[in-house]
Amino acid sequence: MSDQAILSAPGAAAEYDSAPATKVRGYWQSVAYRLSHDWITLIFGAVVLVIILIAVFAPLLAPFDPYAQSIVGRLKPMGWRGHPLGTDELGRDMLSRLIYGGRISLIMGLAPVAIAVMIGGTLGVIGGFAGKVANTAIMRTMDVFYAFPSILLAVAISGAMGGGIFNGIISLSLVFIPAMCRVAETATSQVKNLDYIEAARASGAGTFAIIRHHVLGNVLGPVFIYASSLVSVSILLASGLSFLGLGVQPPEPDWGLMLSTLRQSIYVDPLGCAMPGIAIFITSICFNLVSDGVRAAMDVRI
Amino acid sequence: MSAALDIKPYVDVRDRGGSAQPMLIVRDLKRHFRVKGAGKGAVVRAVDGISFTLFKGETLGVVGESGCGKSTLARVLLHLVEPDSGELVFDGDAVAAPDGISVAELRRQVQMVFQDSYSSLNPRMPVQDSVAFGPMVNGRSKSESRRLAQEILIKVGLRPDLFGPRYPHELSGGQKQRVNIARALAMNPRMVILDEAVSALDKSVEAQVLNLLRELKRTLNLTYLFISHDLNVVRYISDRVLVMYLGQVVELGPASLVFSEARHPYTQALLGSRLSMDARQRVDAPPLVGDPPSPINPPSGCRFRTRCPNAEGVCEAKMPELGAWDGRDSHVAACHMQDPASGHSKAGLH
Amino acid sequence: MDGGIASLPLLHVDGLSVDFVTREATVHAVSDATFNLKPGEVLCLLGESGSGKSVTLRALMRLLPEKRARIAGKVTLGGRDVLALQGNALRSFRGGTVAMIFQEPMTALDPVYTIGQHLMEAIRRHKGGSRAEARKRAIELLDLVKIPSPERRIDAYPHELSGGLRQRAMIALALSCGPQLLLADEPTTALDATVQIQVLVLLRRLQKELGMSTIFVTHDLGVAAEIADRVAVMYAGRIIEEGPVDDVLRAPLHPYTAGLLASTVHDQSPDQDIAAIPGSPPDLRRLPPGCSFAPRCAKALPACNDGFPHPTYPVADRMVRCWRALPL
Repeated sequence: MSDQAILSAPGAAAEYDSAPATKVRGYWQSVAYRLSHDWITLIFGAVVLVIILIAVFAPLLAPFDPYAQSIVGRLKPMGWRGHPLGTDELGRDMLSRLIYGGRISLIMGLAPVAIAVMIGGTLGVIGGFAGKVANTAIMRTMDVFYAFPSILLAVAISGAMGGGIFNGIISLSLVFIPAMCRVAETATSQVKNLDYIEAARASGAGTFAIIRHHVLGNVLGPVFIYASSLVSVSILLASGLSFLGLGVQPPEPDWGLMLSTLRQSIYVDPLGCAMPGIAIFITSICFNLVSDGVRAAMDVRI
Repeated sequence: MSAALDIKPYVDVRDRGGSAQPMLIVRDLKRHFRVKGAGKGAVVRAVDGISFTLFKGETLGVVGESGCGKSTLARVLLHLVEPDSGELVFDGDAVAAPDGISVAELRRQVQMVFQDSYSSLNPRMPVQDSVAFGPMVNGRSKSESRRLAQEILIKVGLRPDLFGPRYPHELSGGQKQRVNIARALAMNPRMVILDEAVSALDKSVEAQVLNLLRELKRTLNLTYLFISHDLNVVRYISDRVLVMYLGQVVELGPASLVFSEARHPYTQALLGSRLSMDARQRVDAPPLVGDPPSPINPPSGCRFRTRCPNAEGVCEAKMPELGAWDGRDSHVAACHMQDPASGHSKAGLH
Repeated sequence: MDGGIASLPLLHVDGLSVDFVTREATVHAVSDATFNLKPGEVLCLLGESGSGKSVTLRALMRLLPEKRARIAGKVTLGGRDVLALQGNALRSFRGGTVAMIFQEPMTALDPVYTIGQHLMEAIRRHKGGSRAEARKRAIELLDLVKIPSPERRIDAYPHELSGGLRQRAMIALALSCGPQLLLADEPTTALDATVQIQVLVLLRRLQKELGMSTIFVTHDLGVAAEIADRVAVMYAGRIIEEGPVDDVLRAPLHPYTAGLLASTVHDQSPDQDIAAIPGSPPDLRRLPPGCSFAPRCAKALPACNDGFPHPTYPVADRMVRCWRALPL
């Protein structure tokens, strides 16, 4: 057989791959497979989904207007005049406020993390891939922010900028950016020195093309895992800010703020006072466990 | 040193056109690395004054032990690591010179195949996309690149419909190495640098890949620089062999001559360390004692003198040059014993 | 080797199987491995990656994770049931009766301890004695493995030694307690050619002088030819051929062994292609029902796909598992 025939004949190829075709799942399929067999994560994931759905459809689900006050119906127990969970210190329906409060808590949990992923992740990839000077400039700046405990930093920024949802989101984003940047930078610099990046350079690819095709896909995994673990932290920090009066302002229904205003009546209505705390606890632990499950599922050797 | 440069090409000199022009001329190439934490001014002389000529259509084997600088040499040739000094001439054009060939153009014409390892292919990319990546970033359309990738996968013996969409972890070592070769060929190169390209493979698979490389070279008219620590493989695939020791060339010549009449004691020791496949011909006395010295601050004079059984005063005092003292300039060795005028007591006995 | 009482096997492995069980699949790493090892004998487990040679070695040392690895079969060493050892008995078995050396000594030696501290700790754990005695013994051991100026090198940290010296230090550590059986997992693969031959010659000399039985795992036919008395060729988790090294390498009975010999690059003429074995080894999660080499075998019969061949002994002292054992 001539050389050309060997190369072009499809039969010749079959000689080389006559070994049984070992079709194994792709990476994401294998992650999905693991997740689908992890009951704990599935159950808590379902709870997270329910919390999100409740927040989205709050206007349909809430039995009362969460802002409607009543002088007579203050701090009433469960079931009083059709209020399933009673009323708060201004006579507003607890259940409705808890339902609406979920909206703000979820926004405060997700928005800062998303912003941090975008800004911190981008800075991290640049810092990891660019030369020594850019890396030093970016990472040392981040280290300055890193030096402060996260709660203190959030309190300080919010204190300086004033309260409100928007300022709260910004201050929490600033807290998360350095950590996110570091995760992205570490992942990038690990990938950067691998042979396939060098092969891409050897094929004449520019930096942008290499980052887009070869770096991002390998950095997103660790960044996503880390981001998912930050959501519950963000919810807790946001509640903390509101509790201190630095986050969401009255009369908005927010779990942290509710905890703060109800605490004065802790001896009168201990159960009502505890309810926003329970909501925060359930939401944050669910996000945490789902994050752990996703992390375990994504930790597939490839 | 200059004798090596003026080697008369043993490709047919009557050949017309560009084929008498060597593919690559390397002249006094140097690359040193500073090492932190190994004392003041510690320098690894990874590539320290290397000169050779690579002719069109030949396979030049590069052998040496770990730390001899053979992998750095590969990277310096492609400017993946910038050389400190020295000259590279690719097909008559000086690389990165104002009137020569640009590094980007060099990288289109010269490709590299790495050792198969977990890091040689992007784990998150189907292998057909890895192969298509080179053509794509060089201006081909996405569908054209994909089509090209499928053609090349056939050439390396992988069915594109079966293997193209797979991820690297779904392939065996040999299949991955075929993909690595396909990725290099997708750029339609004239020269390929193979850096330990078969070293990580099992023996039965290594044979498949070596056969494939030979076949591709014939059909695609390629020139190979084949880097390996395995002398048997280098002897099999190479036309000429270059032996490196601590960043320098110690011997260069036609493969048959280097393996049958090695001139440098280091080459002789390397050959003597090869294991026989016959249990009745075991090696009983290792030819060398000790490990290769660290490439940081190498010995003065001849770098091999610390392990050489024939070392004398002159070896410490003077660095031997790669010469051609008996007129046969296609086979040269950097050893004082080769030079009758060196003052070595065993000089000129060959 | 030379008959008589000495030829009673020291190690007897009977039907050893190792499965790795994960949620997604079961990997049949070793299936039905049977072999004997006489005192003072060197057996090479020869095979390519994934052939189960290293897993077999780790099973003998009881190093496999107990939860994930399902081990079946019988391993007896000097009359003791190795797979039943627990607690203190297991600890003194490892390092005392059996010692192991690895491919990459850098990962097997603790970087924060000196070579001497490693050696002295092992000596005192198994033999007791004072620090001074242990140090003296450690220097003797370093001298035994031909480490130059052992008095100085004993205080070196692993990273201060070159690859060859590190491997020698690890051999000294393995020998420190006078093991009856030495397990070596590709100990020369990571070394340069000129160093590899030194370590092989050293190991062969020590093994003869100390009368140790040795199991040597390698993928390199040349290493087997250099050091082994007998070889067991493994493919896809099974021993498919076993016999004296000279006979197996000169006149292989199994087509895989023959193919491996032919495809190993060694003095072939540069003008010809190498006789490569087509295809690649099977997936250990889905082994074919018959002979696992049949899909790649040029001599395969329809019967080869029906069941795995039983061991046959076509010549005295040689075993092969093939329906079509090559004629001698």
